[in-house]
Amino acid sequence: MKAVGQSMRALATWRWWELALFALLALSWVLLPSQALLLNEIAILALFALSLDLILGYAGIVSLGHAAFFGIGSYSAALFAKLVMPDPWVGMVVAIAVAALLGAVCSVLILRGSDLTRLMVTLGVASILYELANKLDWLTGGADGLQGVVMGPLLTPFGRFDFDLGGRTAYAYTLAVLVVCLLIARRLVHSPFGYSLQALRDNRLRAASIGLSVNARLVAVYTVAAGIAGAAGGLLAQTTGFASLDVFDFHRSAEVMLVLVIGGTGYLYGGIVGAIVFKVLHDLVSAWTPQYWNFWLGAFLVVLVLVGREQLLSPRWWFSRSRTPS
Amino acid sequence: MVLAVEDTVVSVVLETRNLVKRFGGITPTNDVSLQVHRGARHALIGPNGAGKTTLINLLTGVLEPSAGTIWLDGKEITQLAPHRRVRRGVVRTFQINQLFGELTPLQSLALAVSSKLGISDGWWRPLGRDARVAPACERLLTQFRLADVMNQRVKLLAYGKRRLLEIATALACEPRVLLLDEPVAGVPEGERQEIFDIVNALPAEVSVLLIEHDMDLVFNFASQVTVLVNGAVFAEGDVESISNDPRVKAVYLGEGEHA
Repeated sequence: MKAVGQSMRALATWRWWELALFALLALSWVLLPSQALLLNEIAILALFALSLDLILGYAGIVSLGHAAFFGIGSYSAALFAKLVMPDPWVGMVVAIAVAALLGAVCSVLILRGSDLTRLMVTLGVASILYELANKLDWLTGGADGLQGVVMGPLLTPFGRFDFDLGGRTAYAYTLAVLVVCLLIARRLVHSPFGYSLQALRDNRLRAASIGLSVNARLVAVYTVAAGIAGAAGGLLAQTTGFASLDVFDFHRSAEVMLVLVIGGTGYLYGGIVGAIVFKVLHDLVSAWTPQYWNFWLGAFLVVLVLVGREQLLSPRWWFSRSRTPS
Repeated sequence: MVLAVEDTVVSVVLETRNLVKRFGGITPTNDVSLQVHRGARHALIGPNGAGKTTLINLLTGVLEPSAGTIWLDGKEITQLAPHRRVRRGVVRTFQINQLFGELTPLQSLALAVSSKLGISDGWWRPLGRDARVAPACERLLTQFRLADVMNQRVKLLAYGKRRLLEIATALACEPRVLLLDEPVAGVPEGERQEIFDIVNALPAEVSVLLIEHDMDLVFNFASQVTVLVNGAVFAEGDVESISNDPRVKAVYLGEGEHA
């Protein structure tokens, strides 16, 4: 029976729409130079949402405090640039490492308890970090934020690029980090480890009963996700030259959750779709009626939930009407 | 005489010694000493609430015993985490299906096989790229007649198929001791034989501990029977002696209830 081997190989093959998505990311830089600042924000939010998708969509860990890792990445990158060296790549590695370390430590807190406990614990961790950043003003600038972060030029195989006001270099840099993280995450979710995350999300008892170490996996994925969230936070600090308390704020954790609600979880690209829809909607609606953005966001969410995401957003659904929506 | 004793010691695969589990005032497992021999077809029977499932949960490490020890191949495993016992070969199925709803049967089995091969921690190569995984999955899918639904999500499968996958998933772990918790629970009469044929066809060296209500199935399948009543071992012996034991009939088969 060849079918088994074929189906097995088909699990990890690239779908056309994945390739199209990557092509679109590259094209956006070429075709929309005037929108680089907005696109940069979208890409950062998408990366942040990718991180949450790994723990929420794959491992089933709910979190209302994911900004903790975004924020620590942000401050790490900003402080590193200010105090140690301005090179963005090294700063990015530092931001990822610090956030991943925090993730590994915090993962102990999410091993036990119900979803509600996790919501509260993650929320609590983010609040603690927020207050720490506020109190340690000799280091972080407190409520004023960390100002005067000057980034060095971006050294690439193609030459040196300075971060410019138009944000084109910044967007290219963000895109590069996003694509690398996406590719790593894609490898990860198609691996036995990735499937074991889904297994323990669906049924922890059975996951252990086929010999999978549930806790070790939760620690591992939480650490990786925290690192990616740290990368997103680091990108924000590096491309805006600024880090403020806002990066730890509850609205960031809630926003990234919303992005995944819009884009969908558990297929890796929900964060990108959600971030595009969310930010474009925000941009359009705020331009039209700045005060009532939240009203229209709320209305959109209600429609989204009532109509169903597949029908409204999923490209998979538009082009495959004959199949059942997933 | 001494030789005979040594022989029994060697052939015992899974053993409990004076195992006790208390929940508050209830003692669902009360001083149970049980020996499962290599290649055994051992049945564990008892009325509802006799503590059969609690015993399985103790054996697999889901519950921690209040007292007593559990031994596998002469080594104590009382404190071993559930997933480590699985890796040592103690694998169970569940009375109520415990499956990965969002995965497909193929993915579920490939994951279980990968776990058995020790490559389930791999995070770079895609699932099933190891050359040993696909053939093992193929064999199980064919044996359990799941090949035609292997790419459908488990939560969408019919109950009978999910029941088969429940057992196939356990076998994918290549158990040395297989604990079958009411394998035909909820399976219609006509389809039960299919499951028992598969269990009967297991390699002789695999020891099977079967928990079952249906006495016909037990007496067809098992060679050794342990009767559990109120958490304690009530009677033990071969099928012949247990089925003729008047005390067992009285307590378990309900012929003339005593208090």
